[in-house]
Amino acid sequence: MPRFRIDTLGAAMVISLLVVAIFAPWLAPHDPTRAVAATYGDPGAPSLAFPMGTDQLGRDVLSRIIFGARISMIVAIAATAITMLIGVAIGLAAGFFGGAIDLALMRFTDVMLSLPVLLLAMAFVTVLRPSLGSILLVIGLVSWTSVARVVRAETLTMSRRDFVVASTALGASSPRLIGRHIVPNVMPIIIVMAALGVSGTLLLEAALSFLGLGIPPPAPSWGRMIEEATIYFRTAPWLATFPGLAIFYAVLGFNLLGYGFLARREQ
Amino acid sequence: MLAYLARRFVFGAVVLIGTSLITFAVAFLVPADPAVTLAGAKADPRTLATIRRELGLDKPIYIQYGLYLDRALHGDLGRSYIRRENVTALIEERLPATAVLAITAIILSLILGIAMGVIAAASRGRALDHALLFTSLALVSMPVFWLGTMLLIAGGLYVRSFPLGGFSGPRSLVLPALTLALGSAGYYSRILHTNLTEALEQDYVRTARGKGVSRSGVMLHHAMANALLPLVTLAGLDLAGMLSGVVLTETVFNWPGIGRLAYEAVFNLDVPLIMGTVLFSALLIVVANLVVDVIYVWLDPRISLAETR
Repeated sequence: MPRFRIDTLGAAMVISLLVVAIFAPWLAPHDPTRAVAATYGDPGAPSLAFPMGTDQLGRDVLSRIIFGARISMIVAIAATAITMLIGVAIGLAAGFFGGAIDLALMRFTDVMLSLPVLLLAMAFVTVLRPSLGSILLVIGLVSWTSVARVVRAETLTMSRRDFVVASTALGASSPRLIGRHIVPNVMPIIIVMAALGVSGTLLLEAALSFLGLGIPPPAPSWGRMIEEATIYFRTAPWLATFPGLAIFYAVLGFNLLGYGFLARREQ
Repeated sequence: MLAYLARRFVFGAVVLIGTSLITFAVAFLVPADPAVTLAGAKADPRTLATIRRELGLDKPIYIQYGLYLDRALHGDLGRSYIRRENVTALIEERLPATAVLAITAIILSLILGIAMGVIAAASRGRALDHALLFTSLALVSMPVFWLGTMLLIAGGLYVRSFPLGGFSGPRSLVLPALTLALGSAGYYSRILHTNLTEALEQDYVRTARGKGVSRSGVMLHHAMANALLPLVTLAGLDLAGMLSGVVLTETVFNWPGIGRLAYEAVFNLDVPLIMGTVLFSALLIVVANLVVDVIYVWLDPRISLAETR
């Protein structure tokens, strides 16, 4: 039986997303911020001219989703970068130095892990006011915990390996040990966590947008499109359906990629 | 065992103190002056001074935090700016709706997750296993608020069997509970699948098979006993994640619970209410984790046997 390659499927989905995000101006049939259909306050149903319909302002939903890929990808990747920076630094330090540093960092991680993430993010974004910067920062601050745990565990195993012990015996300094021996070997798990991290940040950004705490308009983020669509869900269900499918597709793509890598490593 | 529980208890206290520090910092960072917010923009300076003194706003910040902590420990989370009611009273009023929703969702997600995990592990390597793996990842990848909206459109608008939001009897519980449960079900099924696969490779399972116990018998009696326990801990830990789902689900379905209260608080910039709901959610998570710890210790003999083998 042909083996089901989950990460290949995930990679294909992610690449298609990136292509759409990069070539949005060429792929989108219309300007996402302009009224292109003559609808006076009423969303237009999907038709041949507008396959995903038009919204209450007469804007083309398909074009908005295509441009939304840009915003969503930029936010997800940037927020994941912040998440990874914090998580990898804490995980490496805890796993490498061990002892009191490990104990303190991991207890701190445990505390952060048992906090209500979305509520905390809501509180932070409310205080800082929603903007691209504040949203990236807040997502990073609340989602690094699982990265730190996994990286710590991997670092711990690596620092007990013979080649690391040998370098230590030869007098290699801590920065050299971490940079030359630990990081390259921990890299695979970092990549896996980054793929899973993108799906997590995508969901968190979408949730914040849905709650009205997203990147301010007119940037057509997918989460915000659903939020704007909720009042029309009786009369124009397509307004909420298609942006949600886009988020689902993106999150699933990164999840398949991450878990696929993970499954292949365990074999 | 008591030492272990004592450690967990201290940890819970640390989590709560940490949360209180964060919420206090959040309130402190809000640019609006609480006295002005309470008394209104036209209040005279004397009234403002009185309110500041009553709230302790004229004292150094560490004393303000001490006062805040002291009041919180006595169940006083302050007064809502918008609703002019005690935050504790508001939370108490909303708690039953959230409890009904969350408990139903947890039970539903465990039933679905265990069923999917067992079926996947039993059909290991076959098409059904892959299909279930894909399904569980798909469930985890769905935005909760979108799933809720879709269920609302499908079940409320087209099938017309369910109310369009609100809390009005068992029928109104179906769609929100399903919305909240499906993501966790996908998560549990994957974990259980991994645990069962590992358990099925253990010696005692091989011994049981050798003694003539059927495949399903081994699965249900031997492997499940060991694979289910970590799931109990996970279900406790997952509560933190589920609370995020609660906020979104309650917002979509107009459910009169704490999640919707938090949404309204953020919407209205009602700082004491935001702080109160965050702190209360942390308390819920800590208590749930302590309960899970107790269950875990109670079930410990079997676990320690499996680990020392």
